[in-house]
Amino acid sequence: MAGKPKLYYFNGRGKMESIRWLLAAAGVEFEEEFLETREQYEKLLQGGSLLFQQVPMVEIDGMKMVQTRAILSYIAAKYNLYGKDLKERALIDMYVGGTDDLMGFILIFPFLSAEDKEKQRAVIVQKATSRYFPVYEKVLKDHGQDFLVGNQFSWADVHLLEAILMVEEKKSDVLSGFPQLQAFKTRISNIPKIKKFLEPGSLRKPVPDDKYVETVRRVLRMYHDIKAN
Amino acid sequence: MSGKPRLTYLNGRGRMESIRWLLAAAGVEFEEVFLQIKEQYEKLITDGSLLFQQVPLVEIDGMKMVQTRAILSYIAGKYNLYGKDLKERALIDMYVEGIIDLMHMILMFPFSPPDAKEKNIDSIKDKATNRYFPVFEKVLKQHGQDFLVGNKFSWADVQLIEAILAVEEKVPAVLSGFPQLQAFKKRMSNMPTIKKFLQPGSPRKPPPDEHYVETAMKVFMK
Repeated sequence: MAGKPKLYYFNGRGKMESIRWLLAAAGVEFEEEFLETREQYEKLLQGGSLLFQQVPMVEIDGMKMVQTRAILSYIAAKYNLYGKDLKERALIDMYVGGTDDLMGFILIFPFLSAEDKEKQRAVIVQKATSRYFPVYEKVLKDHGQDFLVGNQFSWADVHLLEAILMVEEKKSDVLSGFPQLQAFKTRISNIPKIKKFLEPGSLRKPVPDDKYVETVRRVLRMYHDIKAN
Repeated sequence: MSGKPRLTYLNGRGRMESIRWLLAAAGVEFEEVFLQIKEQYEKLITDGSLLFQQVPLVEIDGMKMVQTRAILSYIAGKYNLYGKDLKERALIDMYVEGIIDLMHMILMFPFSPPDAKEKNIDSIKDKATNRYFPVFEKVLKQHGQDFLVGNKFSWADVQLIEAILAVEEKVPAVLSGFPQLQAFKKRMSNMPTIKKFLQPGSPRKPPPDEHYVETAMKVFMK
């Protein structure tokens, strides 16, 4: 007996967005509770719902799961988006590790000063075009298949599409040297469940704005300056 | 047909140490290649051995694996240290990710400026004693079993014993409020494969020193 998964986070992308993408790609409907006040957060803490005092937290299958990667791995495995064996899982884990590192540069972006934002935009584009995109371009070119791993739709495909779209928001023509990725983007965007998630009115969250940053800082009492590493 | 796994990294802990721990705990012998000069690293890149131009690199079962977590998950899965089903794997993943967050502070510590080091040790102590150790103390107390998950030795136990010892090197009395963790530490340290890894002459690396930091800068910095 399981209801819909329930996601606890701020009303914005952050670390929860990859989870929303993966649930949507798996065709799983979910509910959300948005943290807007410090009191809500403290209530979750006092209730013992947050294992390490942090969000994201996802209530799923009777568990209160925390730690983004643990949650994503669980969803991927449950909904058959994790390859057919240990070696395919290893490849998926490697690819997702890369896109996760790339999205890490974008995750902190809204919290940076205006000056640091410009520098970080350049870093994001440089990393995407010289370290990460070439890898996936080559993978797709070498095997000529529609999906990254095992000729089957997986978590790696969802994560890569998410990363591509996020980098494009920072530089719209960033895929210009990557014909395989352009085709991949079109292909994956047209998968019905993903297409639905990309339409207005879905649970996909918009690019984080100042209001989002202010909410996170206030709820977590995280007022220190954030610097890019 | 595969030989021993081969690890390529600096001659020191860094991000490779958790992999050394897990292979050792699984009783798997491995070889190591140590990066000492920039040219070795550049050659690995031009050879195409490093998927994202980064180490750790572990050659295992015909794969050139990168990304620490991917490598650890593969080893855990292969050697039955990942629980018996999806829910146990979820618990192990949650515990391991929390410990990795704590270990990250220790990972970065040698590279922090001298005037920040004392503050960083205070942070490590604060997070260990207020955020992470209480969780595992409670888990062990509640089920009263020897291991964190499913009454069976797993990756989570290896990661936790590694973290406990690493924090103790910075904060010697850190386990004083945690009797379950003290007993856990003793129990894990006495498991034959771990006991062997904790003895002199094993592939376990010492705490990072200035030489390690210098080598890292020399090999990786442009």
